[in-house]
Amino acid sequence: MGEAIVITSGKGGVGKTTTSANIGTALALQGKKVCLVDTDIGLRNLDVVMGLENRIIYDLVDVVEGRCKIHQALVKDKRFEDLLYLLPAAQTVDKSAVTPEQMHKLINELKQDYDYIVIDCPAGIEQGFQNAIAGADRAIVVTTPEVSAVRDADRIIGLLEKANTIESPKLVINRIRNHMMKTGDMLDVDEITTHLSIELIGIVADDEEVIKASNHGEPIALNPNSKASIAYRNIARRILGESIPLQPLEDKNKSVFGKIKQFFGVR
Amino acid sequence: MKKRQNVTIKGTKDGIVLHLDDSCSYYELKKELDEKLSENQRTQAERQSTPVKVDVGNRYLNDAQREEIKDLIRQKKNLVVGEIESNVVTKAEVDKLKAENEVVTVSRIIRSGQVLEVPGDLLLIGDVNPGGTVIAGGNIFIMGSLKGIAHAGVFGNDQAVITASSMQPSQLRISDCLNRAPDNAQNNDKREMECAYIDENHQIIVDRLQVLIQLRPNLNRFEGGH
Ligand SMILES: Nc1ncnc2c1ncn2[C@@H]1O[C@H](COP(=O)(O)OP(=O)(O)O)[C@@H](O)[C@H]1O
Ligand SMILES: [Mg+2]
Repeated sequence: MGEAIVITSGKGGVGKTTTSANIGTALALQGKKVCLVDTDIGLRNLDVVMGLENRIIYDLVDVVEGRCKIHQALVKDKRFEDLLYLLPAAQTVDKSAVTPEQMHKLINELKQDYDYIVIDCPAGIEQGFQNAIAGADRAIVVTTPEVSAVRDADRIIGLLEKANTIESPKLVINRIRNHMMKTGDMLDVDEITTHLSIELIGIVADDEEVIKASNHGEPIALNPNSKASIAYRNIARRILGESIPLQPLEDKNKSVFGKIKQFFGVR
Repeated sequence: MKKRQNVTIKGTKDGIVLHLDDSCSYYELKKELDEKLSENQRTQAERQSTPVKVDVGNRYLNDAQREEIKDLIRQKKNLVVGEIESNVVTKAEVDKLKAENEVVTVSRIIRSGQVLEVPGDLLLIGDVNPGGTVIAGGNIFIMGSLKGIAHAGVFGNDQAVITASSMQPSQLRISDCLNRAPDNAQNNDKREMECAYIDENHQIIVDRLQVLIQLRPNLNRFEGGH
């Protein structure tokens, strides 16, 4: 039986969809059977980032409302041998079309056939968020080094802690710009981690290759030569339980290294 | 045999005190009170308004009964009724009193959007993040950082204090006083081990923790010893 991981943030545009696509891709690269689930009903775009938009026939709402079987709605990623699938969100209906109970049932069904279910969560804390976390066993909170994003992450972590069926959330800090952190114009990794007091599972640099790759429907994790790709691959391996220190590529900051070590019990 | 008096009226320099017997029925008591007050009214003609205290001994009066007794007294000319004193309190009242004098220990982080409220003192082992709020009927002691809002003495206790290992609040409130962080504050200077209290000008002051030893001796609950 697989595990469901929800990728969430509170604030929009911080990189939930990008993180979902790349963690899913990186887990598949590790040989795991992965199903991506887009719960951003009405504003779907995980399919676009994955380059799978043209193959959508049915969507999540069709499954929930019984218009098709789950396997009919799943879109297979041809770049992988039967390892990576996407359950797309509906584009035409609104979020209230699905209830948390229905989501819970759906995710449980997927867990029978997949090692990992990666759930892309919509922004906000309303029903869309409640749906996305309903079937999750674990959570990854994405933030950027901005005060407002960190504030929203804090709010989300509070809500996740209340839903005590989910294990303690892990943190991804996305879109880091080294020079801004050095000049103190951006919150630094240490500050954010201390403030949110949850475990850091990865940091991803701000990298225009990420945007280019998304626009081409080829998640950056497929490209072995980019900084961001290595960061996502490392997050995937940490999810699998490997103990991977921060790469020099990811950051040279000593205190960051300290945090990661602490997380993985190296001390 | 002379009937026992259920209502005794005593004059003091601060007005009159009505002692109401606690062994008769409430109905009897009310009737006698009405009679006694009417008699009394005739004897003391045009006097200025007289404050009245009521002592009901070991009788428990519910809120409706209290109002009834007060009304009865008010109807008589020149009588101004104050408090009704009783030796009896309900369990609910005792529980409330007890809760207001208790220290509640909480070990967690109060995150953005969360509110933690306790009736008495709060000992928080953790932080209050920006957007988070802690509220206490009594004092608030924060072992971590205070970056959100803390409101001590929420029921109107001006003596209440707030302490934090790291004091960077967005707002401090004590009783009905409010004090917010200066706009664009550069909190580069470390605000460690500080306290907040209301001074004689009814302003919230933030200072070193140690000033409380002089200012709030009643924080001491330790009795005996040297
Ligand atoms: N590490 C990164 N470097 C550069 N751009 C990024 C990075 N992560 C995300 N982006 C870009 O930021 C935008 C918002 O990302 P997205 O994943 O759609 O956010 P969300 O799903 O949280 O709304 C997209 O244009 C995406 O390509
Ligand atoms: Mg998105």
